[in-house]
Amino acid sequence: MTDIFELLKGKPGDPDYENKEVIVQGITGSYGSLHAGKMLEYGTNITAGVTPGKGGQTWNESVPIYNTMQEAVDATDAKISIIFVPAKSFLSAAKDALNAGIKLLVAIPEHVPIRDTMEALDLANKKGATIIGPNTPGIMIPELIKIGIMPPMPFKAGKIAVLSKSGTLLYEISDALTNSGFGQSITIGIGGDPVNGTRLIDAFEMVKDIPDMEGLVIVGEIGGDSEEMLAQRIIDCGFNKPTVAYIAGRAAPKEKRMGHAGAIVMGNYGSAESKVSMFNKANIPVAKRPAEVPVLLAGKMEKSD
Amino acid sequence: MQLLEFQAKELFREYGINLLESISSTSIEDGRKHAKELGYPFVIKIQVPVGGRGKAGGIQKCQNDDEFELKYPQVMDLTIKGEKARAILLEKMADIKKELYLSIFLNRSKRCYTIIASAEGGVEIESVKNQIIKEVGLGDVSDELAKQVAKEMGLEGITAEQFVDTLKKLSKLTIEKEAELVEINPLAIMQDDSIMALDGKFVTDDNSNFRHPELQKYQEKTAIEEQAEKSGFSLVELDGDIAVVGNGAGLVMSTLDMLSDNGGKPACFLDVGGGATTESVYEALTLISQLPKVKGILVNLYGGIVKTTVVAEAFLKAYENNLIDLPVFSRLKGTESDKAKEMLQGSRTNIFDTVEEAINAAVMGIKK
Repeated sequence: MTDIFELLKGKPGDPDYENKEVIVQGITGSYGSLHAGKMLEYGTNITAGVTPGKGGQTWNESVPIYNTMQEAVDATDAKISIIFVPAKSFLSAAKDALNAGIKLLVAIPEHVPIRDTMEALDLANKKGATIIGPNTPGIMIPELIKIGIMPPMPFKAGKIAVLSKSGTLLYEISDALTNSGFGQSITIGIGGDPVNGTRLIDAFEMVKDIPDMEGLVIVGEIGGDSEEMLAQRIIDCGFNKPTVAYIAGRAAPKEKRMGHAGAIVMGNYGSAESKVSMFNKANIPVAKRPAEVPVLLAGKMEKSD
Repeated sequence: MQLLEFQAKELFREYGINLLESISSTSIEDGRKHAKELGYPFVIKIQVPVGGRGKAGGIQKCQNDDEFELKYPQVMDLTIKGEKARAILLEKMADIKKELYLSIFLNRSKRCYTIIASAEGGVEIESVKNQIIKEVGLGDVSDELAKQVAKEMGLEGITAEQFVDTLKKLSKLTIEKEAELVEINPLAIMQDDSIMALDGKFVTDDNSNFRHPELQKYQEKTAIEEQAEKSGFSLVELDGDIAVVGNGAGLVMSTLDMLSDNGGKPACFLDVGGGATTESVYEALTLISQLPKVKGILVNLYGGIVKTTVVAEAFLKAYENNLIDLPVFSRLKGTESDKAKEMLQGSRTNIFDTVEEAINAAVMGIKK
């Protein structure tokens, strides 16, 4: 399993400890450029950009642009890359990054064909790399590093890990947590696609053993079975830190895609009831509303004291 | 998108999968013509994108003109799980010895194509017994594996040969068209031991549509849903009377849940998306104004990258152009929300600090 903290933060004593280099693929596009700017503002150390055909130019008067990921990786020590390219170009951008030795790939594009995600994942597995997304808001350690499109204001450094299928619900629920005094040690948006590079269960494996993580919040939604798998894993490994879940989509009609490609109930597969009942089995309370999440978490924390 | 049976069968035919003779029609006049071409006896099957048709009376045998004249209009008029008939399929009667189950789907958890087969078909997937499950990776089903599946199902002779052939053709179809699911249920063994696909299900990966223009003709979105997609947001029409607008699929779903918990009925799911502009939100309001039954609008916005002022501006423009004359209940939070609230002061938009308050007001306001 990827040591996500080592990738994002490094080890004390490393020359780049808490200042890990990040490459932005598609840095000259309007979306890529906007968010590269916002990541820089947040303190993320962007040291290269890639846009085929624009190599040799400079972005934002400071960041060199390369034609390929291999050139960008050769010129930096980056192990992390974030992709802002149209969905149609995702697979080639991902291959470019993985073949150049990137270990953490954050894939922002929405509407990536499932087959392309699977091929990228297959390559990532062979290269020992991790893909977050596609269709993810990104990953962050609040107040340290932000690799994604999330707005900064809902997040505050702290000791709760938040794993979410939905972008806006990740912001909404983190905001509610922050306002109740629960800062976040890490937040991972896994994305709302049917196939995610990092599933909820993988994200859980990444965070479960951090010593200073005091609680876990899981933000799921209808569709697929990743919440059920995670609940089963939590039961099996005897994870006992205070954990709370929220599931969106109880009122959604069956066989209708609710915005996200993955948010669809077929028969009983992927229904909210199935997810809620598995979480209940794992002794994880499921909030009815986002605002209820910190309330339930506080209850759990008290009990575990 | 889930194709209708006759559409799935068009694809099956293209890939050489054995099928009974059939014709689809959309009116009784067409049906009469097709009945003559096909000849009795045959079955008529309602074409709806949901399962459970048999139980609902959507599949009927016709032995002669009298039965046809009686049953065709009945089947055409059915509504199954809220879905009306898109067409009627007339299909020759089959002389079946045994029903099997066969499907290939994109396995989300395992991230590969997966075969499910069973020697007991004809029922919904949830109740298919003794499933044989094989993970296939990302490539074609090999001869070896196909033979293995046939063997595990206890098939022999010509039946086994034809099953292997069908499975390989199904695999080719699944991969080439990038389907999320292709299912033949039942796959029948006929009296002469041959194999025949009696029903077909095909679910596309909508994200790969750009590589499959040949599947575009099966598009089944409503005109409004299609318009929404073109404008870069996502809209699903629902049965209630309160239009729900927000940003992010998760947040909009969450708003639908809370609204329903409080006794409200959503008229639509509308996600303005991460790239919302005043123009696109205005376009969204235009679409809402075309939805029948809408009596009010509930807005739940968490402005991260999207500025809440963009939405406020769209509403002001909509009032100015008399586009909407409905009560609006909104909760705006995040980027520039103070400014957005100020802009909407004195307009027909009611502003609330929490989504709970906005929902309560919407439910109460619309009952009146």
